Amino acid sequence: MPARSAKRLKRALSSRPVSVLIYLSVMAALIGASLKGAEAMGYNWQWYRIPQYFFEHTEGGVTLGEIPWGLVGTITLSTLAFVLALGIGLLVALLRLSDLIVGRAVARIFLEFVRNIPLLVLLYVFYYVLGPIFGMDRYTASVLCLAVFHGALMSEIFRGGITSIPAGQWEAAKSIGMTTGQIYTYIILPQSIRFMLPPMTSEVVNVIKSSAIVSVIAVVELTTVGRNIISDTYMSFEIWFTIAAVYMVVTLIISTFASYLERRYAVQD
Amino acid sequence: MPFGEGWLFAAFPLEPRVTLQHEVRKDMVSPGAPPIISMRNVAKFFGPFQALTDINFSVRQGERVVICGPSGSGKSTLIRCLNRLEEHDEGTITIDGIELGDDTKDIRAVRQEVGMVFQQFNLFPHLTVLENLTIGPIRVRKMDKPAAEVLARTYLDRVRIPEQADKYPSQLSGGQQQRVAIARSLCMEPRIMLFDEPTSALDPEMISEVLDVMVELADSGMTMVCVTHEMGFARRVADTMVFMEAGRIVETTPPAQFFTNPKSKRARLFLDQILEH
Repeated sequence: MPARSAKRLKRALSSRPVSVLIYLSVMAALIGASLKGAEAMGYNWQWYRIPQYFFEHTEGGVTLGEIPWGLVGTITLSTLAFVLALGIGLLVALLRLSDLIVGRAVARIFLEFVRNIPLLVLLYVFYYVLGPIFGMDRYTASVLCLAVFHGALMSEIFRGGITSIPAGQWEAAKSIGMTTGQIYTYIILPQSIRFMLPPMTSEVVNVIKSSAIVSVIAVVELTTVGRNIISDTYMSFEIWFTIAAVYMVVTLIISTFASYLERRYAVQD
Repeated sequence: MPFGEGWLFAAFPLEPRVTLQHEVRKDMVSPGAPPIISMRNVAKFFGPFQALTDINFSVRQGERVVICGPSGSGKSTLIRCLNRLEEHDEGTITIDGIELGDDTKDIRAVRQEVGMVFQQFNLFPHLTVLENLTIGPIRVRKMDKPAAEVLARTYLDRVRIPEQADKYPSQLSGGQQQRVAIARSLCMEPRIMLFDEPTSALDPEMISEVLDVMVELADSGMTMVCVTHEMGFARRVADTMVFMEAGRIVETTPPAQFFTNPKSKRARLFLDQILEH
């Protein structure tokens, strides 16, 4: 009997209305606490000033404000970095899986190097050290830094995807005389996309989130825009809540799209 | 045989090399010709374990060899060395005049002439049956797509599943998948076919449809090396029986003698074990 009632309790707790209720009360407590804290320190809420950073009313009509432009900056930066990271990741993965001892060593060193230093330090290395040496501007340095950092992480996704294809596929392709390049292009990679898709989309989200770090070298994107607005207006609470919400909306849209893709690919098998 | 000899010629385009192979008959294996497959003193190690010991073995053009022996005796390793899916450690292997070594061009040249059929079929699951068949001719032989598709359909006819061309491998039965795998190898128009336990992963009722295709292929004069436990098939098509144990070739005999009066005690024991059921 106790086991049964425990089960019933568990089921009740995980039912949708109860979950929503718990979620709402936690959120209410959090928001209540912050509001109370803000009130205690005499914070002057000025939410009415936020919309102008989304849409500006000018003589020519309504134009996009600073925050949407910051978002465009973030998306451009992330897209460039992601595409480059895909290339780097695939290259590093193929080197690690190759027969060449030198190739494997290079890949391994690169991976350990990048994985074991903080992103912020890597950015400083790119901007303050490699930047002057190779004459890179801050935007190029940011894109390359993000690409290298996420390329290292993605190489593990590629490697996982590639090694999850059974050895028999390699043998069959070899036995009809294909080259290693052909086997990857026509047999292995097309099949491993299914395995790589879910972690890759979460990597897209990670790139967008870590792109915020380039605000420390004043590259224009969403976080930098937030900092700039705050230094003009001192509305740090409103602006950071807003910026966080914008990031969340973007990454939630991507996650939703990702789970849709996952379901579609899963059915095809 | 469920189908006549003439059927083969009708279903087959008259390409010179293929026609030549058809003219080779079971009793016409040329005894004087140099062997198309030759293994000399071959040894193979997996770490400290010696999988093959002092293998001397040759196959002539048009010869059909069946390799049998208890599991773990090195049959699969031997056959996989012939297209260098396994690298031998000692000795020499020569296929159609090319010695297998580290030269990747040579290896690929050999693989184009040597088809292989696997126990687990190993079809490409993301490609349709037709694409499975044409990918070799298109990518490796650089054939254009329409010609490759004509070729593929010819071989699908030959393994008697022309209607499955546009399906994916997962939609086919095991027997059908293995026949597609045979057709995929044949599409490369190999001079030699290797079979590595082609019926071991099949449900019993599907074994005969695959064996029928193999018998037909044998009758067409294809040089074949088969690792199999199907002794009926061996008796029907083999020119030579090879019996292996513990990484060595214990005996090489014509099937008539092998099945009635094997030279080695081990082979007799093995036959007793598998034939009594």
